[in-house]
Amino acid sequence: MSEHGPHTTDDGRTYLFDDPKNVDRFVNGFYVVCVVLVILDFVVHRHISHRWENLWAFHALYGFGACWMLVVIAKQMRRVLMRDEDYYDGD
Amino acid sequence: MGIELLRHPFVIFLVGALLVAVTRGNLRKALLLLTPVIGGINILGLEAGTTVEFAFLDYTLIPLRVDRLSLLFGYLFHLAALIGNIFALHLRDEDNARVQHTAALLYAGSALGAVFAGDMITLFVFWELLALTSVFLIWARKTERSIKAGFRYLVIHVLSGVILLAGTLLRAHQVGSLEFGDIGLDGSLAGWLILLAFGIKAAFPLLHNWLTDAYPEGTATGTVFLSAFTTKVAVYALARSYAGTEILIYVGAVMTCFPIFYAVIENDLRRVLGYSMINQIGFMVCGIGIGTALAVNGAVAHAFSDVIFKGLLFMCMGSVLHMTGRMNGSDLGGLYKSMPITTVLCIVGAASISAFPLFSGFVSKSMVMAAVLQEGHVWVWPALLFASAGVFHHAGIKIPYFTFFAHDAGIRTTEPPGNMLVAMFIGAGLCITIGSRPSLLYGILPYVTDYTPYDVTHVLTQTQLLWFGALAFIGLQKTGIYPPELRSVNIDAEWTYRWMAPRLVRGIGGAVARVDSAVRGAVIGTVQRVMHSATRSHGPHGILARTWPTGSMVLWVAVLLAAYLVFYF
Repeated sequence: MSEHGPHTTDDGRTYLFDDPKNVDRFVNGFYVVCVVLVILDFVVHRHISHRWENLWAFHALYGFGACWMLVVIAKQMRRVLMRDEDYYDGD
Repeated sequence: MGIELLRHPFVIFLVGALLVAVTRGNLRKALLLLTPVIGGINILGLEAGTTVEFAFLDYTLIPLRVDRLSLLFGYLFHLAALIGNIFALHLRDEDNARVQHTAALLYAGSALGAVFAGDMITLFVFWELLALTSVFLIWARKTERSIKAGFRYLVIHVLSGVILLAGTLLRAHQVGSLEFGDIGLDGSLAGWLILLAFGIKAAFPLLHNWLTDAYPEGTATGTVFLSAFTTKVAVYALARSYAGTEILIYVGAVMTCFPIFYAVIENDLRRVLGYSMINQIGFMVCGIGIGTALAVNGAVAHAFSDVIFKGLLFMCMGSVLHMTGRMNGSDLGGLYKSMPITTVLCIVGAASISAFPLFSGFVSKSMVMAAVLQEGHVWVWPALLFASAGVFHHAGIKIPYFTFFAHDAGIRTTEPPGNMLVAMFIGAGLCITIGSRPSLLYGILPYVTDYTPYDVTHVLTQTQLLWFGALAFIGLQKTGIYPPELRSVNIDAEWTYRWMAPRLVRGIGGAVARVDSAVRGAVIGTVQRVMHSATRSHGPHGILARTWPTGSMVLWVAVLLAAYLVFYF
């Protein structure tokens, strides 16, 4: 497989997310959607298929908690599992 | 039978592969496109219920069996072969183009041969062919790592085939049939052996490491094929033979959960996709384990979606590898600046695997989730929901974020060649089409279904789950808790055969050598001592081997004679 090297390192142009303001705009827009999604939980009558779903905004809380826990645990796993990149080389 | 066998999907791919092997240039490119297209037209004309069978010794072999389940996978594999071939169309001689193209067509053909097999012997033949043909897509990378990884891949898959054959023969002896149908676990060894063989190819926990070992070592285009066929043939085989086998529900749940932890800390982004693939197969295995019409529909529908969106993600990463030569999250970033189209296509793949409404994963995975609750598995459902949030985290966000955004690694390149873009556009188009018009997919599922994925509750809850998962990502990034991408290897089940086993063998070998040399030393010492004492008594100067002078003999004879005379008188 021909795997080309990077062509140039910088072209001096400014791109969308080079401006921190645009990053902030993006993230703020994201927060707004989060708030809307939680408010919708008051408005929409959800079907309940699992008793945990009776909890207000259950899926939002679960999604947030699951991802946070996933990363925190995975990070701790590195202490046990991580080795040098060439760990298996030479075998 | 002869004419009908010519319409066997494998035969078309075999002929295509043979022609591709002896042609070059535009003719070869045309053949690469025509083979899956002709195959596709052929398969559209195959009707459910068609079988081709012939007697072999006391058994019946069925090389072609067409029903709704095999047709679904047949359509899917033709589609995957076409997309993969378009993606690889630019390959040149220095890329081992001839080998890669031929291997890819034979590999796709073997997958088709396996899903249309009606008996276990035919399945076994294609099962082994899958391994023998696909390994060239790894070896064609021509690096030392890829060669070694290819050998490990081959050994494990050939082993899976041998176990399958053992189970098949045992089963034939017990039930007197070679039929590739419902097998299940009835407590017989044969049932377990066949499940083990399927499980190796389906990347069951602890048997999974061949996938994350070999797929990242394949060529940029080859891994796209690898991701489409092997594991999906295994899913098909499980759906055909082990639907409703309860243990699979739990095996599937474990498969959805454990790989995502690895995916979070893995640096090689194609290996991240490998772990993510095991996670997705977990949903399918779980659905098969539940075994109801809705669950099995969900499992195979998700296999269909997965081949397309995982293929798309592997194509995006393949494009990045092709253009930059890099694949580690720690070396990439900021590529949206020079590869904006690839970025958007990757985000479509990411949204599909994450099961965002309007994308393909949403309409297929939700059937499995619904079936889990319908059958009252209230503790499996939270595990799958956890895995659903997790897949968004590592595949939906991590892959696009660290490749195309994050910190700018300073790489300035261009979009990949046109054929790669076309293949990715087709993949992305299918993801959105299936997601927004699910009836197209539902219409070809094995069981008739009236399932509706789009209702207000489902759309809202799924969006909440994913959006707040993303919120956690932003929070973890802003607080600096998110682990950085590091050049590293994470120990997994492969440690047992890549690290421990060689050392164990060397250790045992060393101990045996030490005992051996001690025993040999003791024996040789004893022999030497015996030799020494023998030499001392019987050697040239030994007392018992001394040569006596003739004179002294005459003297002694004279003395004896004199003594005799004295006594005589």
